Amino acid sequence: MLNKDNENVKYSPQHQEFLRAVKRNKLQIKASQVGFLMLFIICWEVAANLKWIDPFFFSKPSDIFKLLVRLSADGSLIMHTTVSVYETLMGFVIGTVLGTIVAIMLWWSDFIAKVVDPYLVVLNALPKIALGPIIIIWAGAGTRGIIVTALLISIVVTILSTFNGFKEVDTEKIKMLKTFGATKLQILQKVVLPASVPTMINTMKINIGMSWVGVIVGEFLVSKAGLGYLIVYGGQVFRLDIVMAGVIVLAVATFVMYQFVAWVENRFLRWKQ
Amino acid sequence: MRNNKFVDIKNISMTYHTLDNETIALKELSFHVDKGEIVSLVGPSGCGKSTILSIIAGLLKPSTGEIFIDGHRIDGPNKASGYMFQRDNLFPWRTILQNVLIGLEIQKKVNDESIARVSQLLDTYGLGEFKNHYPDQLSGGMRQRVALIRTLAVEPELLLLDEPFSALDYQNRLAVGDEIARIIKKEGKTALMVTHDVGEAISMSDRVLVLSNRPATIKNIHHIQLTCQSDNPSPIQCREAPEFRHYFNLIWKELDVYVK
Repeated sequence: MLNKDNENVKYSPQHQEFLRAVKRNKLQIKASQVGFLMLFIICWEVAANLKWIDPFFFSKPSDIFKLLVRLSADGSLIMHTTVSVYETLMGFVIGTVLGTIVAIMLWWSDFIAKVVDPYLVVLNALPKIALGPIIIIWAGAGTRGIIVTALLISIVVTILSTFNGFKEVDTEKIKMLKTFGATKLQILQKVVLPASVPTMINTMKINIGMSWVGVIVGEFLVSKAGLGYLIVYGGQVFRLDIVMAGVIVLAVATFVMYQFVAWVENRFLRWKQ
Repeated sequence: MRNNKFVDIKNISMTYHTLDNETIALKELSFHVDKGEIVSLVGPSGCGKSTILSIIAGLLKPSTGEIFIDGHRIDGPNKASGYMFQRDNLFPWRTILQNVLIGLEIQKKVNDESIARVSQLLDTYGLGEFKNHYPDQLSGGMRQRVALIRTLAVEPELLLLDEPFSALDYQNRLAVGDEIARIIKKEGKTALMVTHDVGEAISMSDRVLVLSNRPATIKNIHHIQLTCQSDNPSPIQCREAPEFRHYFNLIWKELDVYVK
């Protein structure tokens, strides 16, 4: 356990063989992942070209690719993506920050936590999308309304899971700090927050998905720009290549954001390795 | 005349309230610990041993009674006593050095002088090379030693040990118990230890207090005098003393342990 740092130890042939096997296995997984995607795209293309499926309803990869190139060239793809990413990030950041602050308040005051509990339960169970029209009317049929929709969807989850994370912090560790005379604020800073970082990062991972749901729904309802708008527009004019292109860009954007959180996780949880 | 009762517990009682019940955990308990003494509390499980320590540490307020440490009345968490738990409670996200500094951090006493002093403690007790390691990289016995140094870092005069070795396996328990007894003696601390291991209590302490079933009262006090071989004997060596068995049988009988 302790020789973690001596990296220049000479490994035995058996151990080298073991390391090679692990590496090979990793490579096989990556190759299969890429291979599956390629196979899917090729089958789709071939099936559409041979008219096994109707390209009008299913579009085909080469058309989608051409469209993506064209939309990139005239800048509209970047514009739509930027709008959606901006709205998602705003909803995500505000939802996470506000949600964490509320969770801290609930942890601070047992009384408030108990009073608010039934409301949170109802808010959590309620499909927030149903509130979409109300939000749009109140906050405005534009970027602001969409951000509020995204925020509302992510904030309830943030409050509940972060607060639960706080409550699960080992009470004996808190007692240990109290024996040193720690104040409530110090307990929050020194143990409750740091111990909850893994929970908070997991919540962030869920929240990225939640914020995207909010943004896309918001854009479905109103808006003149964004990936959600692109998808709805494509559907209305029966241009399946536009719909597919929107979905693909959406998938890439979500993946990139998720990777960012994973990177943050690696940075902050170095002690876990 | 000044008496040498370093810790003086006077008539403490403790009652726990729940909606449908109230439980009397302690009833008019009085005892004292002299300066430099190691005193053990043994008693049947659930008799309120840990409650006593929590009250002395100022984490719980007794329903009645008073506690004095070095002549000062205890009224809330205080700097005179340091608490050591059954589990090490090290923070996995902090390095060993950062872990032992936590108490000083809470009391806003981190400075070059205190960091140097704490580093010195780690060096003295064989943890110097692990300062920048994380707790997960250390063995259970080492972690418990780190926990003791964390407690010693704030320089308490009294150590409250709450079954500090029971989370360790048997070998480690003997070795770490030995080590910690030596550290306590060397640093000239006074210690009050709760344990359910009769052998541990006899070999480490100057006095053993036997508690009754709940509500806990003091059943008997044993002054331990073991003829150990060397001048500066360790608890393990003292287990060899001829009187050890005698005390063991005596206390064991008083504990009234029977298998149902």
